[in-house]
Formats: sequence, structure tokens, C-alpha cells
Amino acid sequence: MEPADIAWILSAFALVLLMFPGLAMLYGGMLNSRNVLNMVLMVLSSLAVTAVVYIVVGHGMVLGDSVGGAGIIGNPFEFSFFSSMMEDDGSGGPLWAAFYILFAGISIALVASGAAGRMKFGSWLVFVAIWVLLVYAPLGHWVFAFDNEEAGTIGGWMRNQLGLHDFAGGTAVHLNAGAAGLALALVLGRRSTLPGRPHNLPLMLVGVALICTGWMGFNGGTAGGANFLAQYVTLTSLLALAGGMLGFIFIEHFRDGHATMLGLGTGAIAGLVGITPAADAVGPVGALILGFVSSAAAAWAITWKRKHRIDDALDVFAIHGIAGITGALFAVFFANALAPAGITGIVFGGDINMLWRESLALLVTMVYSFGMTYAIAWTMNKIVPIRVSTEEEELGLDRSVHAETAYEGRGL
Amino acid sequence: MKLVTAVIKPIRVETVSKELEKAGFTGLSVSEIQGRGAQSGRTEYYRGQAFSVEFRTKMCIELLVPEADIDQAIDVIVAAARTGTDGEIGDGKVWVTPVERIVRVRTGELDEAAI
Repeated sequence: MEPADIAWILSAFALVLLMFPGLAMLYGGMLNSRNVLNMVLMVLSSLAVTAVVYIVVGHGMVLGDSVGGAGIIGNPFEFSFFSSMMEDDGSGGPLWAAFYILFAGISIALVASGAAGRMKFGSWLVFVAIWVLLVYAPLGHWVFAFDNEEAGTIGGWMRNQLGLHDFAGGTAVHLNAGAAGLALALVLGRRSTLPGRPHNLPLMLVGVALICTGWMGFNGGTAGGANFLAQYVTLTSLLALAGGMLGFIFIEHFRDGHATMLGLGTGAIAGLVGITPAADAVGPVGALILGFVSSAAAAWAITWKRKHRIDDALDVFAIHGIAGITGALFAVFFANALAPAGITGIVFGGDINMLWRESLALLVTMVYSFGMTYAIAWTMNKIVPIRVSTEEEELGLDRSVHAETAYEGRGL
Repeated sequence: MKLVTAVIKPIRVETVSKELEKAGFTGLSVSEIQGRGAQSGRTEYYRGQAFSVEFRTKMCIELLVPEADIDQAIDVIVAAARTGTDGEIGDGKVWVTPVERIVRVRTGELDEAAI
């Protein structure tokens, strides 16, 4: 790697790391004051457990040479214990290993939405490890592992055989996390206590700010170096963020009569989710509209989900699933051939086959992630119940599980 | 000796405190409370989900007052706490309860001498 590229990816890594405390504050601030610390612990421990899985087999399963050339799963032992990363071979191996640990970690951290305020902490840690192995690793391999003719290695089937266009992980990270959050919420069942209002919206906003900042590293770093692509996707990401803020409050204004700060912040994230698969494929105006539409779709999906009384407490399915699908499909129709990816959208005379290829990838991602997550949580629950007792839930998990409180003396 | 309790709008707590001080009532306790009166609740929206907020936040002022000064204390509080031209719903209430005994911790003084 060139020194300039290394410098940018190191910076991007630091930005993406901010997404963890950011997500902890966003999720924590949105819950009631009795379950804040538990949520922060779930988010941060996701990174810790993911790193353990990664150093043993995870990195190989995602980016290793495909086992049997089938494009299903990478060689688990290719990077075991990162022993190949102790000498500089010029390829930036340690940097990418660190970068991709964050991608896997943030995916499972998002899933905590479906477990808010009712899952045993020990069960969560075990769940994280199994989930990264059985759900994230295959999906990550399908999407992030490119064929490499020089090295003679085979990558994942979605990216290479199907020809999926997914810039920075709209499928493997966001749609995956959304479907998994939904499945976990269904296995756990609804919270038995009244969820209550978000206890700290300013905290939530600080979280949103950190996540949005981190996202520039997430998308910008995926460009792979200090290049024009990194510049371009940073611009389109910002435009989608802006469109996303407007899209959510637009829906709110007509549905509830008020634009809210929570809605604006939620919209910013939904816009960024939408642009993640398509940041290099749409034009600047397209990015703005994509953000708006993705966010509006998420706002609509949140209402739909409530009608079905599914307790995905922090709406990961609507914001990361629905907005992700919307963004990916938007690009299929409205991709701008002049953008770095050079894809022509169907509306502008592009290849109609893109539609079924992207749809198949989205469908497979959703079905696999939902089904496998459901199976993992269901099986774990059969062996040892993964949900806390009603008494513990009523007391709040901060006190009953962790023996500490965020706001002593304020039983809101 | 009486205990005067006033539940008022948060926005008026400093005015009431200053007016009481001017009138010679120096000591008081203030606390934030939640409650319900003639004012109805309101609705808040979080990601499109409506929550009805049943209780309003008010400030509760408590002060110990010698028998002779009760009327003056009440007048000061009511005048300072009333909002708008003729007062508004939600301005609060003032009530008086008898106190059996007061002791000043520092000196051991009793009752009105301890106020």
C-alpha cells in the first residue's frame, strides 16, 4: 500500500471505531433509564467478542480463499491467530484485519436492538460469538471477498458469480443486522414491562453524531485508499445523510403533525444506510433523493412494524433493513453511468438483469440472516433460557444483571 | 407556626423566591415534583409512536412561617406565581398546614425562634 493510502485507512479505521460508543449512546438514550448500561454493555461487548472470533477463525472465514472454490465460506485457518500479519508484506494486512473486525462488530452490535431490556448478558455474549461464525462470516464472505486472479484465490459467490454491486456492505452489514434483529426479537418475545419514553434524547443525538462521523470512515475507507473514489463516496454519503434527515421529518410532519429531533437523527442514519450499497453508483442529486426515499421508507416501516406488535425495540429492521433494501433498489433503477462504479440504471437504459441479481442477493441475505439467527436463538433458548426473569426485567437489567445504575435515585 | 406549601409553575420559581426574600421570608426548600391538576396531559411522539404524558412537572416550595405572617406570605406567593393577566390553568396552589414543633439544629432553639 502507498503511504497516503495507509494514512487514510488508518484515519478511516479511527472514525469507524467511533460508531461503537455512538451506537451505545443512540440505543442507550432511546431506552428507559433502567436498561441503559445493559444496552451499552451489549453494544461494546459485541466488538470484544467479535475480535476473539476473528483472531481464531473469523477473518479467514470472511476474506480467506474460498473452501473448495465454491464461494460459500473462506478458509477458516488462513489467518488464524493473525500469525501471518507480523511481518510487512506491503499489502496492509494488519490494517485491513483491524478494519474488518469493526465491520463485523458493528453488524452484531446493531442486532442488540432486538434484545433490548430482556436478554441475559451471558447468553448475549455466546450469541454474539455464534452469530459472527454462522451468520456474519458466510454473508461477509459472499459480499466482501473478491476473486483475486494474481494470487489465484476465489472469493464469495454473491460478489463474483452473481455479480452483486454492493459498495460498502448494504447486504452483509445492514440488511443482515436488520433481519437478525427482527428474528431475535421474535424468539425473545415482547418486553413484559411498558417500554416508556426514550430517557435521554440529547444522549441519543450525541450517539447519532458519532455514528454519522464514523460512517464517513466506513464508506470512505471502503474506497480502499486515498483516491477519487474516497472523495466521491464521502460526498454522496453526506448528501444521502441530508436527504435522510428531510425524508424522515417529512413523513413525521404528515403522520404525526410534528417534526421531531429523534426523527431527524433517525433519518440521518436511514439515509446513510441507504447510500452504503450505492455510494459509488449514484450521482450527487441521486444520492440526495436516495437518502430521502430510504429514510421515508424506514419511517413508514416503523409504523407498520408496530401494528404487528413485534418488539424490535430500537427499529433495526426498519432503519437498517428497509432503508438498506430501498437504497440498493434505488441504485438499480437510477444508477448514474458517470459515477465511479460506471453502472447505468434501468431507467436510463441499463441492463434489466441487474434487477433480479440485486433482488436475489437481498432476498438471500434476508432469508439466510433471519432463518439462521432465529435457529441460533431458538436452539440456545431450548438449552438454557436466554431471557431474564420477569422480576429482573421489572427491576431493570442495569440493577438486576449488572448491579449498577446509570441514574441512582431517579426511577423514571 | 405553619408550613406553607406552594405548588407552582417551574418558570415562576425564581420570581416567587425573590419576592419572598424581599418580604423577609429568607428560608425555603424547593423540589421538582410531578403531578396532575386541572391541566390535561399532553401527547409526545417518538418515531411516530404516541405517548400520552399524564403528569406535569411543577416546583414545590415549602417554608415555615410564624402565625402572624401567614397572610402576607400567601399573598406574596400568589401574586408572584400567577401568570398571564388573570392567571392561567396550571398556575398551581398554595396550602397551609399546622406544625407541632421546630428545632434549629445549630442552637437547639425551639419553635418560632427557630424559623
